Amino acid sequence: MLMEMGLDREEIAALATIRSELKEIPAQRRYLIPLLQRVQQALSYLPQAAIQLVAQHLHLSPSEVYGVATFYNQFRFTPPGRHPVRVCMGTACHVKGGDIILEHFERKLEIKEGETTPDREFSIERVACVGCCALAPVALMGDALHGHMMTGKVEGLILRVQIEKEKARREMGDRDER
Amino acid sequence: MGRMTVAELERIKTEHAERMAFTDKTYLLLCGGTGCHATGSLKVKDALLDALEQAELGATVDVIETGCNGFCAMGPILVVHPGDIFYQKLKVKDMAEVVQSHLVEGKPVERLLYKDPAAKKRIPVQSDIPFFAHQMPRALRNKGIIDPEQIDDYIARDGYRGAARALLELGPDDIIEEMKISGMRGRGGAGFPTGMKWAFAKASPSDLKYVLCNADEGDPGAFMDRSILEADPHAVLEGMVIAAKAIDAHKGYIYARTEYPLAIKRLDLAIRQATEYGLLGEDIFGSGFGFEIEIYQGAGAFVCGEETALMRSIEGRRGMPRPRPPFPAHKGLWEKPTILNNVETFANVPQIVRKGGAWYASVGTDTSKGTKVFAISGDVNNIGLVEVPMGTSLRSIIYDIGGGIPKKRKFKAVQLGGPSGGCVPEAHLDTPVDFEAIAKVGAIMGSGGVIVMDENTCMVDMARFFMDFIQEESCGKCTPCREGTRRQLQILEKICNGDGEPGDIDTLEALSDTIRETALCGLGQTGPNPVLSTLRYFRDEFEAHIHEKRCPAKRCVSLLSFEVDTEKCTKCGACYRACPVDAVEWKKKELARIDLEKCIQCMTCFDKCRFDAIY
Repeated sequence: MLMEMGLDREEIAALATIRSELKEIPAQRRYLIPLLQRVQQALSYLPQAAIQLVAQHLHLSPSEVYGVATFYNQFRFTPPGRHPVRVCMGTACHVKGGDIILEHFERKLEIKEGETTPDREFSIERVACVGCCALAPVALMGDALHGHMMTGKVEGLILRVQIEKEKARREMGDRDER
Repeated sequence: MGRMTVAELERIKTEHAERMAFTDKTYLLLCGGTGCHATGSLKVKDALLDALEQAELGATVDVIETGCNGFCAMGPILVVHPGDIFYQKLKVKDMAEVVQSHLVEGKPVERLLYKDPAAKKRIPVQSDIPFFAHQMPRALRNKGIIDPEQIDDYIARDGYRGAARALLELGPDDIIEEMKISGMRGRGGAGFPTGMKWAFAKASPSDLKYVLCNADEGDPGAFMDRSILEADPHAVLEGMVIAAKAIDAHKGYIYARTEYPLAIKRLDLAIRQATEYGLLGEDIFGSGFGFEIEIYQGAGAFVCGEETALMRSIEGRRGMPRPRPPFPAHKGLWEKPTILNNVETFANVPQIVRKGGAWYASVGTDTSKGTKVFAISGDVNNIGLVEVPMGTSLRSIIYDIGGGIPKKRKFKAVQLGGPSGGCVPEAHLDTPVDFEAIAKVGAIMGSGGVIVMDENTCMVDMARFFMDFIQEESCGKCTPCREGTRRQLQILEKICNGDGEPGDIDTLEALSDTIRETALCGLGQTGPNPVLSTLRYFRDEFEAHIHEKRCPAKRCVSLLSFEVDTEKCTKCGACYRACPVDAVEWKKKELARIDLEKCIQCMTCFDKCRFDAIY
């Protein structure tokens, strides 16, 4: 379908699942945000096709849906990395140097906040307070929360992901050789 | 299970009396708040269970995962009852020793107990630790005692007795009267009298009305609502039932931040349990009154903490405020009379109804009654959640409970009330926490975030930080907030970058006045507060940045030269070891030198240098 241009196979499958779930949800405006949250949970972002799907179901124009989605920080419109980095920018983290941690991630991954690395491994976002002020400064990698961040720890976190990826690649390689 | 009765509540309470008094077994209360989860409490729990199994203590010892204990800085935390012995910063490898030494041999493990930094000695009993000793838990009365995932635990601590009284014995007017006597003021920030708000909504005739709970805790540095939801979700549900009875509503929503997954999980479970017990749903306690609650997940917009914006958001629209009047008590969610109260407010309601408004009003000041929960963080030793009577001084919160400033640094200011609040300097530390007294010194009570800042904090940078936040979160509907905060941010950035000009301070002040007077909602009207309060107490720092191009706190990167002061340098090498890019050249017994080509200005060495030798 034309609507699904630019999506990979998994994303198209996820979208089909959501389409089948839609039958259960009344076409009322109050379900707009929960629906967008459901889509983002499945696809980790809101591709144009999903926005059209939701708009159609709720009898709204796509621009209306887009307008609501862009208002809220939670929604993103480009695919995040497999290991999304989120750096807390709350007050307690700021006092303890959260901006320095963000900058260090940006420098190490060579992308800016809001961007994804070309290999789609990492992306960087800033989040408002995650409520773990006792551990400031805080960063999340995926769903794991890392407290008392330091510039040295930034490298460690990135390295760990890269080592694991390399390990997986080699194991795959071994299997292929066999 | 069908309909709940008071007799049944009493039966559950009796059945669990020994558990609550810790007389039948040894209870290991492990903190399961977000903070402790992050420091590894789940793994500690597994290790503890393993150790208990090996010691064959399973029958006489119970491990209970509680909500947030409050002393987040010390996590993971374990409290052993009977005895109230407090263990801190536990690791997986410590657990076998705790079981063997404490539970088998009866000797608490000395090295894992709390150590008082002032007296330099271990304090084994939780209630003797200064952090806890100065508190008065009311909204947090069940924290660290009950298992938030067990409704029976809550009932055993007199849970749902307030709702029973409200539904069976009191009329709506009696409930509102009790709230008025209590003097309870909204804990979300503005401090509007709760009883009065309910009275307005009660007086609005309508076929449908709504009770909303604001759990969109967006203030950076505030986490009391999250902790209450994680530790005692039923208290909030019970508070909402009582409010619903008072205004005759039958539907409620909890608007919760999506960033709080654990709180949402526990709330969801609590709603299901309460519904199963007949404490939510139709004909509660056989009173003929019905009420149900749904969780609505916010999608991350600070302005949605504003009541009219929050309601738009539930309706599925952009969360933009609208002018008031009409007030939500007359026209709120879907144009129906609606009350919105904060999590902490609702958590206090059951006790007010159960024990009476006069009991609640017995502590506090003339205009601010009861207790307030504060989240202390920043440059302070004991980071965590504290509940104190209104009227306690800021100094007492920061020094007696908070344990003062770490690393022997000096106190500089305390930021109260989040991005809409203000900074309070040393000279006003004896100000009591009271809505009016705090406003008088240029801050606001807000939701209760207390961020302590030491001498290394630059106040211009803090003003810039808050303005950046406000600017980012401005919804863009009204011009003063959308444009005004942007201009203010640009000026503050200019000053931090060393390009400040004479006249900038005047422009900031003029813009602040205009924004305060003309913005549409609370976010805009209070937005300039951080600028005004820092200007009020730390004008000299602004002037140093503008006129001398100097950042006295050494925080603004553009105003630093990243060189080593050869007179102050003690040749210790701390900067050399800390530098992440090897930009520091140093050998034993020689002065350090920073290679500016390599330096990435990350400030790590500034933080590590104990002799203030880098400038």
